[in-house]
Amino acid sequence: MTLLSIEGLGLSIGAVPVLHDVSLTVGKGEIVGVIGESGSGKSMTALAATRLLPEGAQARGRIRLAGHDMLALPERQLCRIRGRDVGMVFQEPMTALNPLHSIGRQVAETIRIHERTSRADAMARAARALERVEMPADRFPPGRFPHELSGGQRQRVGIAMAIALRPRLLIADEPTTALDVTTQAGVLRLIRRLVDEDGMGCLLISHDLGVVADIADRIVIMRAGRVVETGRFDTLSHPYSQALLEASTHVAPKDARPAGAPLLQVSGVVRDYPAPRRGWLGRPGQFRAVDGVSFDVARGENVGLVGGSGCGKSTLARAILGLEEVQAGEIRLDGQPVFDGRRANRAVRGRMQVVFQDPYGSFNPRHRVLRLVAEPFHLLDDAPRGAARDAAVAEALESVGLGAEDRHKYIHEFSGGQRQRIAIARALVIRPELIVLDEAVSALDVQVRAQILDLLADLGRRFGLTYLFISHDLSVVRNVTDRVLVMQSGRIVESGPTEQVFANPRHAYTRSLIEAVPALPRVG
Amino acid sequence: MKAGLILGAGLAGVFVAAALVSFAWVPHDIGGVDIAARLRPPGAGHLLGTDHFGRDILSMIMVGARTSIAVALVAVGIGIGVGVPLGLWAAARRGSWADEVISRAGDLIFAFPSLLIAVMITAVFGPSAVNAIIAIGIFNIPVFARLARGAAMSLWTRDYVLAARVAGKGGFRISAEHILPNIANLLIVQGTIQFSLGILAEAGLSYVGLGAQPPVPSWGRMLADSQTMIAIAPHMALFPGLAILLTVLGLNLLGDGLRDLLDPRLRRRRT
Repeated sequence: MTLLSIEGLGLSIGAVPVLHDVSLTVGKGEIVGVIGESGSGKSMTALAATRLLPEGAQARGRIRLAGHDMLALPERQLCRIRGRDVGMVFQEPMTALNPLHSIGRQVAETIRIHERTSRADAMARAARALERVEMPADRFPPGRFPHELSGGQRQRVGIAMAIALRPRLLIADEPTTALDVTTQAGVLRLIRRLVDEDGMGCLLISHDLGVVADIADRIVIMRAGRVVETGRFDTLSHPYSQALLEASTHVAPKDARPAGAPLLQVSGVVRDYPAPRRGWLGRPGQFRAVDGVSFDVARGENVGLVGGSGCGKSTLARAILGLEEVQAGEIRLDGQPVFDGRRANRAVRGRMQVVFQDPYGSFNPRHRVLRLVAEPFHLLDDAPRGAARDAAVAEALESVGLGAEDRHKYIHEFSGGQRQRIAIARALVIRPELIVLDEAVSALDVQVRAQILDLLADLGRRFGLTYLFISHDLSVVRNVTDRVLVMQSGRIVESGPTEQVFANPRHAYTRSLIEAVPALPRVG
Repeated sequence: MKAGLILGAGLAGVFVAAALVSFAWVPHDIGGVDIAARLRPPGAGHLLGTDHFGRDILSMIMVGARTSIAVALVAVGIGIGVGVPLGLWAAARRGSWADEVISRAGDLIFAFPSLLIAVMITAVFGPSAVNAIIAIGIFNIPVFARLARGAAMSLWTRDYVLAARVAGKGGFRISAEHILPNIANLLIVQGTIQFSLGILAEAGLSYVGLGAQPPVPSWGRMLADSQTMIAIAPHMALFPGLAILLTVLGLNLLGDGLRDLLDPRLRRRRT
């Protein structure tokens, strides 16, 4: 039976058309995955289903949800439907919960909004809802506050809020995008189980085909506000669907460059942070973010550093870049210490650069690209000036596939993928030997990600670069690295050639990471 | 929202213009005493009437605008010139003793009302417009230091600042190149608001005799002079009071309007 049916939905915001003739259905007990890149209209489709549309939006077509005509109902009735008949889970678990209310109270609140019931009864039902999302009261008392929980646990609370009233339809908008792979696998399994138990319909929105392919019954591929294709995963045949599929299993061309002498040597590195004192008179505690890490990276080698959030990989990256002092151990680049006494060694820092995760936060919005890309020249004593500087920036931009004329633009004129190219140009401009890529492709759409990975492989060959890939996502690391290091709670628990680690993981944590990678079912 | 900005800019502009025009021309000379013409009600000849010495009130207000604007402008200048570098320094060395000293010193100044600081300064150096400027200026320093520190702290966590650190730039360069341009709009808005507060503070200090000294005209002292005449010449109180009210209102509207205009988040919501 059809729960949600959208027929010929068109949507425009102001004068800008956003959706064209979108049609899809969700039945009972069925998970429908909606896949598209950013800007494809997938979130707008979900918002339209509950008519939570932005101001100035005009919808045409028909949306029927559990027998209601959603485009005709007045706002008062819509409020009754939202939350009771439709539950929603959002992407960002860090901001979806009110930090001042306990988790039990937040779940109980959604119940009390829709039903006249006593506080005690609502709390009891909230506890049951939390139990159903695998947050049992003996381990996670309902009196806990959001800041005491991890991202995955918060997302479970968000799901508990959405399903507390046993809605008939669950809309999950990128529910796992902000989570680690291991956490993501758990949350996806949970959604599948709840859908099966309650016979809910579920609209699961994601930019990653790999995430959805496993658990969705049917898949809707969207592009530029239109539905490209609808069907079971193994029947997808449209060229765009194929391109998406190819992109998410993309393998960047790798050539075996002979690994040279060690370029980066990390030995016995320890990084402590002061933790809050215990009590008023207690000593300040210490939190050990990096705990005795040692490894080498040979010249020309691509090494992956993998671990969940909070494992200390980003702290280690900062220490390698000379941004943070270490408490013990030593980091050397080509034999020279990165930290010289208490100051970062300028000569060494001019030989390495970094690309960060967020293409939107990596640039000062008030500077032009020329100035942004030229920034690392500050490290060189004999930095080019005037026309030579201009030419070096233009060359760097051209080598990442942008035009030399782009140097006169501001950063907001570029898309996320282009910005990441500019970030790579900024890293390249001083011709470093080592580039640290701190989750450099995690925030990108799959197709853009594949292009950037190809670009990196190409640049690595042309300029003889050594990469340190830092990521929580094993599938990225697998395709581009020669060797992989697995990090857990500040320690390296396993290391070895990438293929060997993937084929035969020895440590339990590595195994759990590998199993968690959303695998695309083989299409025969 | 747009209307407020235009109205505010218009009101503030009128008084700035009046102050500028007064350098070249005023309707009547205000240097001399003309007892025969004292306490004239508003009308032809003296548009806003005359005071108890026979001086033209319109001319007094125009020249008084000079005092008010000069005091407020220099006081805001002191606040920005000293406070913003201190705030940026505190943010660049967050958690260090420098941060602690700057922040606590700011708290200390905030603990005293600005009028009390002015009284203390005049008790030591004697009353004058310069000392009023210093008193109001000192009070402005922690306002800007705190604003700059808070805004800069959130920018220090941005990736582009991290990228600048990777490029080997130190706290000073990063503050000047990356932090300051991105908090400039906040500072401009706060500057407008402090400017109006400075005008109010100058009027208050002059009213109690701690600001500009006679014969330099000042809106606050005009109000004080009118106090004893309020029953027979209400216009003496009315017009300087209106001048203060309209200038402050104008500057506040201007500040609010600028904030809406310069804050990209508010801008997005409007379109």
